[in-house]
Amino acid sequence: MTLIKNVKPYGEEAVDIRITDGRITEMAPGLDGDDVLDGAGLIALPGLVDLHTHLREPGREDAETVETGSRAAALGGFTAVHAMANTDPVADTAGVVEQVWRLGQEAGLVDVVPVGAVTVGLGGTQLAELGAMADSAARVRVFSDDGHCVADPALMRRALEYVKALDGVVAQHAEEPRLTVGAQMNEGERSARLGLTGWPAAAEEAVIARDVLLAQHVGARLHVCHVSTAGSVDILRWAKARGVQVTAEVTPHHLLLTDELAETYDPVYKVNPPLRTDADVQALRAGLADGTIDAVATDHAPHAVEDKESEWAAARPGMLGLEQALSIVVQTMVEPGLLNWRGVADRMSVRPAAIGRLETHGRPLAVGEPANLLLLDPAHSAVVDPAALASRSRNSPYAGRELPGRVVATFLRGVPTVLDGKAQK
Amino acid sequence: MRKHLLEVADLDRADATLVLDTTAQIEQALAGREVKKLPTLRGRTVVNLFFEDSTRTRISFELAAKRLSADVINFSAKGSSVSKGESLKDTALTLEAMGADGIVVRHSASGAPHRLAQWVQGSVVNAGDGTHEHPTQALLDAYTIRQRLGRLDGVRVAVVGDVLHSRVARSNVGLLTTLGAEVTLVAPPTLLPVGVETWPVTVSYDLDAVLPKADVVMMLRVQAERMNASFFPSAREYSRRYGLDGRRMAVLPDDAIVMHPGPMNRGMEIAAEVADSPRSTIVAQVGNGVSVRMAVLYLLLGGAPE
Ligand SMILES: [Zn+2]
Repeated sequence: MTLIKNVKPYGEEAVDIRITDGRITEMAPGLDGDDVLDGAGLIALPGLVDLHTHLREPGREDAETVETGSRAAALGGFTAVHAMANTDPVADTAGVVEQVWRLGQEAGLVDVVPVGAVTVGLGGTQLAELGAMADSAARVRVFSDDGHCVADPALMRRALEYVKALDGVVAQHAEEPRLTVGAQMNEGERSARLGLTGWPAAAEEAVIARDVLLAQHVGARLHVCHVSTAGSVDILRWAKARGVQVTAEVTPHHLLLTDELAETYDPVYKVNPPLRTDADVQALRAGLADGTIDAVATDHAPHAVEDKESEWAAARPGMLGLEQALSIVVQTMVEPGLLNWRGVADRMSVRPAAIGRLETHGRPLAVGEPANLLLLDPAHSAVVDPAALASRSRNSPYAGRELPGRVVATFLRGVPTVLDGKAQK
Repeated sequence: MRKHLLEVADLDRADATLVLDTTAQIEQALAGREVKKLPTLRGRTVVNLFFEDSTRTRISFELAAKRLSADVINFSAKGSSVSKGESLKDTALTLEAMGADGIVVRHSASGAPHRLAQWVQGSVVNAGDGTHEHPTQALLDAYTIRQRLGRLDGVRVAVVGDVLHSRVARSNVGLLTTLGAEVTLVAPPTLLPVGVETWPVTVSYDLDAVLPKADVVMMLRVQAERMNASFFPSAREYSRRYGLDGRRMAVLPDDAIVMHPGPMNRGMEIAAEVADSPRSTIVAQVGNGVSVRMAVLYLLLGGAPE
């Protein structure tokens, strides 16, 4: 049992919140009890839900494990993360997704929800046993070949159709592979000057346009991973106006960083899809604010030192995100007045939980609900030190940046996974 | 001068002019000497670090360093392909332990010299990185133009060919415009980078329209394999539309010169009769390359000239 005193749910009127047996049992001013946590000055939000996390286990435990990634997630205020399927072996069978799910249970810091591969071995040619993964203990609902695009239009159509029977969704990494051969960064003025092969916006937008039409044609749910361009936001807005069942996510780094950082040739800024222009950043923020983009998802992508400490072209794409995601949303969305705290809860908890069909996450802060929540100190700000991160990797693009907000505590079903900014195991 | 020469943007107009003037001084100092050697960099170590095969550029730098009396180490790291990325860091640490004063690096990855410069104490000279830059090539080209035409300000330079994949083109656009030349890029649209409209150049798809107004025609190497990725339909069509042959050379102004960074594809972008004509500066470029690289090493490692 915990009693949080004088905390502001959604940044609104301060109340006391009593947590008993994993649930919120009272929310009112002036409650008495033991095990008191002073919430003065803190904001309570529903525990965050990440639709897009790379935990690297099995296969690259030198970069991250389910346990270290879970700890990073809890410190970031998350209570559930979707573990992407591009592990080694690929999460394309019930056995692998159950293994990842079990590792998450053992770590016990967040609910690790495995994503199943759409195609066998992420090969893009043959559907994986989606039903077996859905029916497994891991209860997979999100299917993705992330890292690769399901480029074959006929296969994508079948995948969209097939998961209807599973109440599932296909999460597409939208990248027309023939347009991005050897691509290193956003194609534009900077790539031309830097001599780095360009990744054109059209390679993302063309696939999204195709997929929303397919999703409408077969009446299926489509989710678009890490939307990165202004044109993609326009297509999604158009598709939603037409009634297509499409949802989309944006990463923290695409809300904050631009391709200008490639001028350093430091591959810590190499990511797929690449950092884009300032105009794209502004369009993504506007799209997230008006709900065209449903969710913030981290695309947390840990990499070992040797995979980043190299020349740009040799480095692997991807950046850490779990521990700074909320701070970046505060800086890019809350501080400029684009989202209020209820908006943050909606985009980082409610909607991603709904997309992933998670029943006990993304719930409102209300009596009777599961006690999955975080406490944020919005007044605190700190400079990011990659060496201090809980992730096993150090490839944070935010090193040396001062970011607002600090997650003081996280509760998973009433159990504190983070207290006073420290992981509890 | 800055500590490193990673791209031509490291040189402002005064720096670039200093390099060209120093080159001229070095050539004067060596002229008529039996032993073509200056004692300037005695006791200094220059490492030639070549991750990509380029015998001519390596020899040019080696000769330049030796003529300045530097100790030269050739570190051929070929085979350390881009996929084995960490070798660059390891190599940097090795060079650091050896106490290299200057590191001349050629690499197939754009930006590799920038990375190297973050890990070593010595001065890094970019000897060509991927499709990014090749600053000493641009310096030797500028020197050659000035030598032949007497000036760079207002000189009209047509750069013709595969601009998209050319580090020579990128460096020349930056350096020649810094020095006051007017650059026109001529290529099929497929071989021009997206974003080229922001460069300080004129762009044309029509070689025949540009040639009568060009003081310098710089032909870029075009790899025939590019046609496999549909950059152009065939070597023959490319050559017909963008190759420099005797007929096209005839429409050039009287004093105009023809340049090529080498190695040439004779019959593809340049006809033999053009390459071997009196307008051609191709042989002079090779000789000037050694002098320009001496000037660069001298200015980066030896301090300001007297
Ligand atoms: Zn992806």
